[in-house]
Amino acid sequence: MKVLVPVKRVVDHNVKIRVKADGSGVDLANVKMSMNPFDEIAVEEAVRLKESGAASEIVAVSVGPAQAQDVLRTALAMGADRAILITAEGTVEPLAVAKLLAAVVREENPGLVVLGKQAIDDDCNQTGQMLSALLGWSQGTFASKVEIAGERAKITREVDGGLQAIDISLPAVVTADLRLNEPRYASLPNIMKAKKKPLDQKTPADFGVDIAPRLKVLGVEEPAGRAAGVKVGSVSELLDKLRNEAAVI
Amino acid sequence: MAILLFADHDNATLSDPTLRALTAAAKMGGEIDILVAGKGADAVAAAAAILPGVRAVIQAESDALEHRLAEPAAALIQSLMGGYDTLVAPATTTGKNVLPRVAALLDVMQISEITEVVGPATFKRPIYAGNAIETVEATDAKRVVTVRTASFDAAQPGAGNALVNSVEAADAGDLSRFVENILSASDRPELGSAKIIVSGGRALGSDEKFQSTLSPVADKLGAAVGASRAAVDSGYAPNDLQVGQTGKVVAPELYIACGISGAIQHLAGMKDSKVIVAINTDEEAPIFQVADYGLVGDLFEVLPQLEAQL
Repeated sequence: MKVLVPVKRVVDHNVKIRVKADGSGVDLANVKMSMNPFDEIAVEEAVRLKESGAASEIVAVSVGPAQAQDVLRTALAMGADRAILITAEGTVEPLAVAKLLAAVVREENPGLVVLGKQAIDDDCNQTGQMLSALLGWSQGTFASKVEIAGERAKITREVDGGLQAIDISLPAVVTADLRLNEPRYASLPNIMKAKKKPLDQKTPADFGVDIAPRLKVLGVEEPAGRAAGVKVGSVSELLDKLRNEAAVI
Repeated sequence: MAILLFADHDNATLSDPTLRALTAAAKMGGEIDILVAGKGADAVAAAAAILPGVRAVIQAESDALEHRLAEPAAALIQSLMGGYDTLVAPATTTGKNVLPRVAALLDVMQISEITEVVGPATFKRPIYAGNAIETVEATDAKRVVTVRTASFDAAQPGAGNALVNSVEAADAGDLSRFVENILSASDRPELGSAKIIVSGGRALGSDEKFQSTLSPVADKLGAAVGASRAAVDSGYAPNDLQVGQTGKVVAPELYIACGISGAIQHLAGMKDSKVIVAINTDEEAPIFQVADYGLVGDLFEVLPQLEAQL
């Protein structure tokens, strides 16, 4: 079974982002970029499926600027076999990404697509579900466990009240939640080897997909800050404040 | 035109997040119908019918809809959307699972987790874990919107008198089957709707200590218990207690953070709480920057004292 792993290049999760002074967006100049952490978990899951014999080949895909090659090389160093970069500048919304991925799926015919449940930049949490809809496939979102059994898969999902197990038909789209696994670090030899693995470049036009945004961003602002608080010296002082000043207990 | 609100429920009770999403929907303007998809969910439909400002309740019953799995639920909603220009759902795990699927079937770009309704097609939503707020205007013919429920008050039931209409559920084939729910049993309030939350971090040290230290205080206060990602990753608390960017986003009257350092991703989930208390041994911990009241101290000493004085 071939596994397709879409990965996104995002601002590194350790970077404290700044809103541009003119309110047009977030300042991304000279900011460290990395693979979306949820996508790293997806790559790790695909590699484990290959190591267990359930998967035969792993293809990593990214939609983004030329520099998104870096995150594809990371995926290759973690264990993906080859990569496809669909170059596109500026914002590509989840719906457009899902259409591009659906086109790749039709060419590659994977048995499973695994991707992160959301990207930590736009926090949309949409692409996997949209891809599944466009393909008419089943979906196993927010997965904390993936068990392949022949033509079906058992997916344990993180839901509001705890966990939910579902049984889905393959091919399917699975989105990775935090506790699916702990991604490995790529070793130096594997990073070197990854440089020689094949990386194809495509454009949205190759797939005939219109990626024009559907949402107009009218502005981006800082969230309202909280007023500075006070330190209290004892539990009784804390309770006094909570009862008499804040009146919340 | 009209708004369809996809109700979140467990076939017995209409959830609090649905009431909050209704408040958001009412701000968009237009007639509101509520869709109750489920099995044996008559009580939910009846509860939806008495909500204020609801034109009609649409009830769809089938085995496939019992757990509102994405494939049958999205197929059903798609079949109904001819009569609506906006689809709304609370951003619960069900809403987040189902709505993007509908959006793609309708060729619409979804607007996720809105925190403010600016106009019928203009919304505010947090990005970068709440470190920036984006205002977006939808240009599609229809709109698909999930609502961050902590940002809206719950609609008060009782004022409405809507009719309940039944519709046939579309057949979505055998793509997915429900196996089981492994839900955490608790007598405590739900995290999403609790007035007080007592939350613990990695400093608790073990799942036994997490329980034995936080529970007495939570019980005295009638509070829900939450956890940081570090505590969940360390196995001290189940995943459904996680507060943060990728867990639950909460805004209670009082949030007591115990042994939580205050990573960005945790703050994203609780910084809209009305009053925040931080208890931590490290006085430099970032949590103190958002806390209204900070107490530098060992939580294993502070919490028993707190419990004794409540």
